[in-house]
Amino acid sequence: MKNMFKMFMIFFKIGAFTLGGGYAMIPLIEEEIVEKNKWIDPEEFIDIIALSQTIPGALAINSSTYIGYRLFGFPGAVVGCLGTIMPSVIIILLVATFFIQFRSLPLIESIFRGIRPAVVALILLAVMKLGKPLPKNAVNLVWVIGVALAITLLNVHPIMVIVMSGIAGYMLFREGEKTDEDTH
Amino acid sequence: MKILIEIFLTFAKIGAFSFGGGLAMLPMIEEEIVHTHHWLTVQEFIDVVAISEMTPGPIAVNAATFVGHKVAGVPGAIAGSIGVAIVSFMLVTLLAKFFMRVKDAQATQAVFKGIRPAVLGLILSAGISIGKTAFVDIKSIGIAVVVFLGIWRFKVNPILGIILAGVMGAILF
Repeated sequence: MKNMFKMFMIFFKIGAFTLGGGYAMIPLIEEEIVEKNKWIDPEEFIDIIALSQTIPGALAINSSTYIGYRLFGFPGAVVGCLGTIMPSVIIILLVATFFIQFRSLPLIESIFRGIRPAVVALILLAVMKLGKPLPKNAVNLVWVIGVALAITLLNVHPIMVIVMSGIAGYMLFREGEKTDEDTH
Repeated sequence: MKILIEIFLTFAKIGAFSFGGGLAMLPMIEEEIVHTHHWLTVQEFIDVVAISEMTPGPIAVNAATFVGHKVAGVPGAIAGSIGVAIVSFMLVTLLAKFFMRVKDAQATQAVFKGIRPAVLGLILSAGISIGKTAFVDIKSIGIAVVVFLGIWRFKVNPILGIILAGVMGAILF
């Protein structure tokens, strides 16, 4: 069932319909790649988003390239990346050609005012879905909310958060695994 | 041809040095396009940002395509969009190759146990910042609730949810 053309169409469709940049695309990528087609499990999907965030560039490009590579190797990376970029290029070229008319349409602005709240709803749903496989405990809950607040209120850089959390995870859970083995 | 190479290299540089996604790229794009290369005026750049945010797709790709088109037509648009993606593309494939080898190691698993909740917080923070501009009145909150319940409870396809939200916006605002 896994084929590159299908993956191309998935990323093309997502690229063509997501307003609000890379983060708004995550819920849609999750829906198609994890939920519907089960090509990648939820935990690995989160890891891919984390890794994509540590590399410079647009999150949508990084994650689609990564998923493409993970599923089909180098050709998959090319197809995933192009699938995400192509709708943007086509749409922008159309808009650039009819620029003036587009901007003066109040209808367009109304449509966007409707879509923006929907994007927030999609992002919340993605957080809920992606959180399912994580252990349900106070530490994780505080971690999720703490990171969200640190970024929105204190302007902590996302890469900083990922690096610090990785270090904390290494120190906390590496010890945990060791004691686990000792008891066997 | 020279201008195409220049567009390509400029956006490759922008792509290579901006962490934190498309929005974080905008100040750098302004620096390069407006102040270094004088391809656009400040006012034109503001229009580009507005258009890039109003059209679907990654903001960085939209901006690169738009600027490329403005400077050198369709070939310029292609040079800009490929340029902005090329460095990420190379780094991601290298990282993916490396990570697939080490991902089952115990140390890697420990690191990611810490990173996973952080990524959820990160995504949540994007929701909060979009929410700040999205929730302007009771109608916009209503749309978010309808879309949320539609997808969560009634399994509406997310893309259909976006289209319906656009229709609701056209009717309500």
